[in-house]
Formats: sequence, structure tokens, C-alpha cells
Amino acid sequence: MPETPPELPAEKVLKTTPLTQAHVALGARMVEFAGYDMPVQYPEGVLKEHLWTRDSAGLFDVSHMGQARLRGVAPLAAFEEVTPGDFIGLKPGKQRYSVLLNRQGGIIDDLMAGRPVGPDGRGDDALFVVVNGACKDNDFKVIDNELAGQVVIERLEDRALMALQGPLAAAVLTAHVPEVATMVFMDVRALTGFGVDLIVSRSGYTGEDGFEISVPGHAAVSVWNTLLADARVKPIGLGARDSLRLEAGLPLYGHDLDETTSPIEGDLGFAVSKKRREARDFPGAARIAQELSHGPARVRVGLKVLEGAPAREGAQIADEDGRVIGVVTSGGFSPVLRQGIALGFVPPLHSEPGTQLKVIVRGKAQACEVVKTPFVAHGYVRKL
Amino acid sequence: MRFTKDHEWVELDGDVATVGITAYAAEQLGDVVFVETPEVGKTVKAGDGFAVVESVKAASDVYAPISGQVVETNGELSGSPDVVNAAPEAAGWFARLKVTNPAEVEALMDRPAYEAFLATL
Repeated sequence: MPETPPELPAEKVLKTTPLTQAHVALGARMVEFAGYDMPVQYPEGVLKEHLWTRDSAGLFDVSHMGQARLRGVAPLAAFEEVTPGDFIGLKPGKQRYSVLLNRQGGIIDDLMAGRPVGPDGRGDDALFVVVNGACKDNDFKVIDNELAGQVVIERLEDRALMALQGPLAAAVLTAHVPEVATMVFMDVRALTGFGVDLIVSRSGYTGEDGFEISVPGHAAVSVWNTLLADARVKPIGLGARDSLRLEAGLPLYGHDLDETTSPIEGDLGFAVSKKRREARDFPGAARIAQELSHGPARVRVGLKVLEGAPAREGAQIADEDGRVIGVVTSGGFSPVLRQGIALGFVPPLHSEPGTQLKVIVRGKAQACEVVKTPFVAHGYVRKL
Repeated sequence: MRFTKDHEWVELDGDVATVGITAYAAEQLGDVVFVETPEVGKTVKAGDGFAVVESVKAASDVYAPISGQVVETNGELSGSPDVVNAAPEAAGWFARLKVTNPAEVEALMDRPAYEAFLATL
């Protein structure tokens, strides 16, 4: 049972978030994640935390993620030089999911970028960007290199980030920040709440309705405890965060996406806007245009494991004749469906929902089926 | 009942040993969602990986604490793997082995020794 991770070398000092001590006090099991000491689960465990988030509201510390403001004369236009999204057309108060691309059209990271507006409907033109914790230093270096002279990156190191996710998240947060009641999915606003300035977006990475809340670091513990004082809210660790995003069919950078993966292969074609497809003016546009017209060599699909153990990252995917055609890039057990689910890459020929395939788990070929994602329906509130 | 440093337990009855994972192991794993038990008839050597237990997040090997031949597996685990969490050192047993060398069982830790070992972790 070699479950206990090896001892970390004594010289490796993990970074902490403003909430690290709060997690320890709650009895969290802490692990290293993206260089930070983070809670993987609290005493109730991953399964209960996962289901609680689907039924009520879960509170996550995601302060390890990178937050920054990009300022400049025309930061939206500049951002189009490193991403395939329509940022010039991004309205105040909205945010978009996008990807940083390398010159081969591979994904350097996925991210959220938005224009927070205040309650008066006004906002500046700076772009508020949230990127993955493990990638943030490189991301900001890439942006700085590529957009030198056009944008200034103001990293918001002094801010914490938490996600409140689940069907009751809006009811909970409205009690403290009434303005969020009028927000819909992918709205982003600069608000005052809990006595401090907030940047709130109606988004997250669990498939549920919910919010990501950026707060000044000094106020993080107070906001965290205020939200947890609501009986509808429980703290949720990174273990359930991962199983929730997998059920939601959302890719995880470093696993389902990397620098070799294009947004078309990654089933993120929606992130390549129509206007930019026509203009072909983003990094790797030639490859991406080719994949759009002729199809990519491989594509990300969802798989339901029909028999046997859950298929984990690295498991081979085979066709019905046993030929290896692809690989699982993330997989696990779905607490809602109570079966193994996975994301993986296969040739387009094998990517249609309903296609019967095999996953090889510890040498055994187990039946699986290509399915549409999400595995569990999204709860996003798109209209009020 | 005897215990290994890998957190398996063994209980010998005649020349048949029942094998499972300890309460400590079940607690460390968290919610068990799948158990793969060995096939009946399989011969295993002490230290061989002979079963796999999966939580939501991860798969972990279970090593055969002793040598022997698998004579029975716990069928209940296929439908209710959570029995491993509920009763790890009783109803959550994994397999029964016909032991080839009972001295291997005697060589394992007794409960006070195992608890002393846990205290060092």
C-alpha cells in the first residue's frame, strides 16, 4: 500500500496561500500542488465533497492560480497576438476562456481573460487574466516577451482567489454581495463586498453554476470563514476539484493539453473565434486553419468505461481489433455516474459518440464507449 | 491477526489465510470505489502485487503479505467496494489464500508491534 507520498526533501519550501493555515485548522490533508502547500481533501473525503458541490455549494481555495492585470494603450488588441480569441470584441463586464498559443499553434496554457466593470457600468480597458498556477511564471514571461512595449503586466500577487461552486452558490453569495444576483455565466465585475474590493466572475471549473472571487490577501481568511459559516457551504479540496472538472468534460492543462496540442485537437474550437479564423492572424494559424478544413490527426474525446476499473492517465486506447489508437490523458471514477470516465485522444475516425473502443488497464482490455461531454450536465446560468 | 509494513493484514485459520488492508490503509486511501481481486487458483509469492484498490483519484497496489494459492475472493467488493472503508479488517477482506509456509505468517507483526510501527509514521 505505497499510498503515502515520499517525504519531500527538507530544502524544498512550499509556497503558501493566505488560506493555508485555515485548511490545516479544518483538518485538511495537504499536498504539494504547483509548488504550493494545498488541501487535497478535508476529513469528509473526496466523494462527499464532490457530491456536496453538485448538490449545494463548495468553497475552493485556488489562490495558487496566477492573477494579473494587463495594462497598456490597447491591451485587448495586443492580447490577440498571443491568443486566437476575439478580444477586441470583448464587451466590458464579460470574460472569455482562451488559450496562449506558441508559434506552432500548440497550447502554452489555458486561461480566463475579462474586463471587470464596476457597479456604475464603467471599467478601464485593462484585461484581468487568470492562468494556471503551475504555468503562471512562464505564461507571464511569454506575454511579456511577445507583447513588450504594448502591455505592462501587473501581477496581483497580493490577492487570493476562491471559487464558490454549486447550485446554491448564487443564493449564498447574494446574501453578502447583492449585485451578483444580476450576473450571468462569464460576467465579470469589480464590486465591493465583505468590506473589501472584489473581482467576481460567474464562472468556475466544476461545470456548476458558481463564482470565482478575487479578494485582497489580507481579507481572505475573513471572507473564507464568512462563507463557510453558511450551512450550505463546505470546503472542498483539489481531489474533488479534479473529479468535478472531469465530469464536466473540461480539459486539465499539463494532462489533456500541452504545448503540442492545438485547440482543434483539444476540442476547443470555440476558443478560435470566427473573426480570427478568417483573419488567420494568431500564432500557429496555418496549422489550425489546416486542421479546421481537413480535420486534425487526433482529437480529444470523452470515454465511459463500461466494465472494470477506472482508466487513468496513460492508459492506452485500442480499437475493437486491439490496435492501439490513442491514450487516456485524464481519467477516474465519476461519483455521480458511479463508473469510470476519461478524456483521451483518438483519430477523428474513432471519435464519434457511440463508437465502441477498449482501454487497456493493467494489461486488461476493457470495453469503453466514446460519449459526448460533459459527462454530467453543466449548471451554468446563461440567462436570468 | 498479523500485519505488514505495507498495511495488509492476515488472519490464519488452519492453512487458509484471509487477507485485507488495515484500517490505517483504508483511511489513507479515502473512499474506495473499485477493488480488483486476484483470480481464484492464482499462485502468489509474498511481496507480489496481487490486488488493486482504487480511490476516486488513484489506483494503489496491494501486495500479497504471504505466499500461497488464492482459494476465494470477496465477491461483495465488486458491488460494494465501500465495505473496505466501512469494515477494512472484517467484511472488507480481499482474498483467502491456502498458505504454503505458515511460518511466513508468524514472521509478520502482531497488533502491538503494528501499532508501534504506525506511531512512527
